[in-house]
Amino acid sequence: MSDTPPETITGSTDPMTETREARMGGVDNRFNSRLREAFGSSPFILTKFDQFMNWCRGSSMFMLQFGIACCSLEMMHTYAVKHDLDRFGSGVPRASPRQADTIIIPGTIVSKFAPRMKRVYDQMAEPKFVVNMGSCAISGGPFQEGYNVIKGAEEVIPVDIHVPGCPPRPEALVYGVVKLQERIAEGESSPVTVKPYELEQFNDLEQDELVNKLASQINEDDLVMRYNWADSP
Amino acid sequence: MSLERPRPDQSYVTDDGVDYDAIEELLGEHVLGRETHINAEGFVIRPDEVQEVLFALRDQAGFDHLSVVTAQEYGDRYESIYHLKKYDDPTQELSVVVPTSKDNPVSQTAEPVYRTADWHEREAYDLVGIEYEGHPDPRRILLPETWQGHPLSLDYDQDRPQIVTLTEHANPIADDHYESESDTMFLNIGPHHPATHGVLHLKAVLDGEQVVDVDPDIGYLHRCEEQMAQQGTYRHQIMPYPDRWDYAPGGLMNEWGYARAAEDLADIEVPEYAQVIRTLGAELCRICSHMLALGTFCLDIYGDFTAIFMYAMRDREKVQSLLEDLTGSRMMFNYLRLGGVAWDLPEPREEFFEKTRDFLDDLPEATQEYHDLITSNEIFQIRTIDTGVLEPEVAKQYGATGPVARASGIDYDLRRDDPYGYYPELDWDVATDDGCDNYARLLVRMQEVEQSAKIIEQCIDVLESWPEEDREIQSNVPRTLRPEADTEIYRAVEAAKGELGIYIRADGTDKPARFKIRSPCFSNLHTLPEMSEGEYIADLIASLGSLDIILGEVDR
Ligand code: SF4
Repeated sequence: MSDTPPETITGSTDPMTETREARMGGVDNRFNSRLREAFGSSPFILTKFDQFMNWCRGSSMFMLQFGIACCSLEMMHTYAVKHDLDRFGSGVPRASPRQADTIIIPGTIVSKFAPRMKRVYDQMAEPKFVVNMGSCAISGGPFQEGYNVIKGAEEVIPVDIHVPGCPPRPEALVYGVVKLQERIAEGESSPVTVKPYELEQFNDLEQDELVNKLASQINEDDLVMRYNWADSP
Repeated sequence: MSLERPRPDQSYVTDDGVDYDAIEELLGEHVLGRETHINAEGFVIRPDEVQEVLFALRDQAGFDHLSVVTAQEYGDRYESIYHLKKYDDPTQELSVVVPTSKDNPVSQTAEPVYRTADWHEREAYDLVGIEYEGHPDPRRILLPETWQGHPLSLDYDQDRPQIVTLTEHANPIADDHYESESDTMFLNIGPHHPATHGVLHLKAVLDGEQVVDVDPDIGYLHRCEEQMAQQGTYRHQIMPYPDRWDYAPGGLMNEWGYARAAEDLADIEVPEYAQVIRTLGAELCRICSHMLALGTFCLDIYGDFTAIFMYAMRDREKVQSLLEDLTGSRMMFNYLRLGGVAWDLPEPREEFFEKTRDFLDDLPEATQEYHDLITSNEIFQIRTIDTGVLEPEVAKQYGATGPVARASGIDYDLRRDDPYGYYPELDWDVATDDGCDNYARLLVRMQEVEQSAKIIEQCIDVLESWPEEDREIQSNVPRTLRPEADTEIYRAVEAAKGELGIYIRADGTDKPARFKIRSPCFSNLHTLPEMSEGEYIADLIASLGSLDIILGEVDR
């Protein structure tokens, strides 16, 4: 055997041609995105900047690595092999809320955790989006009647998409996330202002030392939540 | 065979278990009365003699394992029940019942006798409202410090508004519990942090890189599981909830925990065929659960998101799809019924057997892969060997069970020691290790995966040759179960994380009057300060990962 590679390899221009052809269209049009179609014959595209930004946003989303309860296991499976959310451009979970723009709420929210979840949400940079995963995050789910359970994430933060299920299958979550991306890309889901909280309605509480102390500490930046099972939707 | 073990000879023991009369003699005039619970005798004692009685039981009668403390309120009194066992032989059980009056619900703490009582009594105070005199740290544990009332007490008004502030869950009028003038640094880990496996909050005090003090703050996933169970009827309404305690998924094992307690309470037989299916399902769940432990442990230790985590997920997917074939769901099975299982194996059976066998055939290779990637990896060894050491005596004090206890050399596995299901008929071993460190805990889990595979294989063989006309999946169970009033039972099974026990008190209706869950993770997590104080902060994270806690089960 000689050391020189056979002529068929060195002399061939096939691979290059194929790649070029694939890029220019022709046989393989895998790479023909909308953008490329628009570029097609002329080097200019005309679009509204907003539209362009929305398209960018929807095409690359960073999820917050945020696990609460059972649903987070299915969320992990959605990120991992087999379901691989990354195929849709939104599969890189970020550990810090500062780097994330979508938060999936995968689980039951209880009184002690709700304020913390709100804080995490507040720490995310605008624009931010919320996917509710599972019945717990939607309404409290199987635990709705619990003394300690918040009846859905919407009591605390605004939500863009609900994915029902207990837990939703990974396929369902993928569908939900892709739907969200679609909505964002089409400008249908936009940053929402956080709904104001029921603030210090302390009247019906016994005015003991603790309540007075808490009432005196309230200011606008500080979250005080009031859970009232009877009045909740 | 490994399933038999010589019983250590002790006094206060007769051939058929604990010699309660001798114990009554030992306790002498401390005993005010005796109750008979289905699992054991209960001795009623005065609330101010708790420690004396428990010391005697621990040191002289050998009851070294406090499984759980159940607190409950009756119409006329409060009651704390200490469920005692022996690590050497968990079939030897005994309950210590401590009634306290309504207007002064104060009872002596058991913390000096069993360290684990610390958290259990805090929980009893938090949810039921019994106070424990002499308790070193009488705070709420699950609910926020500002909570008003005790939700499992009889007169709790659920419609009463509660206030929870963001700034501090601590009681704002209580003194700060750490010194302000020192060189130490206070560090919050969690409740939203990738290494806490959910919503756990660790309040750590660091001196440089060393952990001086760590205080796990739990309750961020307290979903009122006990209340939910107390509101459900025995027959069908409770069964879905156990799936959600340990969602790793330990579903079938948890369901079995409830089923075992309720079946013994209502005297229901389970057909042998159903027991085999249960055993098969439970072991599949165990593999799945240990795979998660393995994947996330490596993720914690050297951030291996790409290989090991994904491999573990891949294997979990396989198990989950098997479980889906069997039960109809990937995670929340709701498959066990009192008196059996919901339905038979999926048709065509051969396909299911073949699929399961395929999985088992691939498993040794996968395990080898994990060993190559993990246990023989030098970085991994440096990070885990001799870190997070938990001595056996300490582990017993904290009531640690499951792989955590077995990795400290405590040979304690309810599947063998307190046999249930089809386990006694099968040939398998209990995995133990004397390492006591993080590495040992991982090794034990990996060995357990192998043992589970062995069990599944035998179950498949048994099922395959089971005569067709004999496939009875459920026994006859009355439509509505109303166990007799004032029967009480505590029963445990070996879940993936350890001893999962259920205490039920019936009051003659179709719903339990008190339903208490003994969660293995709760006690295991309690050992964390013991393992990590004085160590580096990075080892704290490793230790936490090696405990393999599931917050749904810790907080319930
Ligand atoms: S919706 Fe179901 S699976 Fe999801 S967190 Fe709630 S109980 Fe768990």
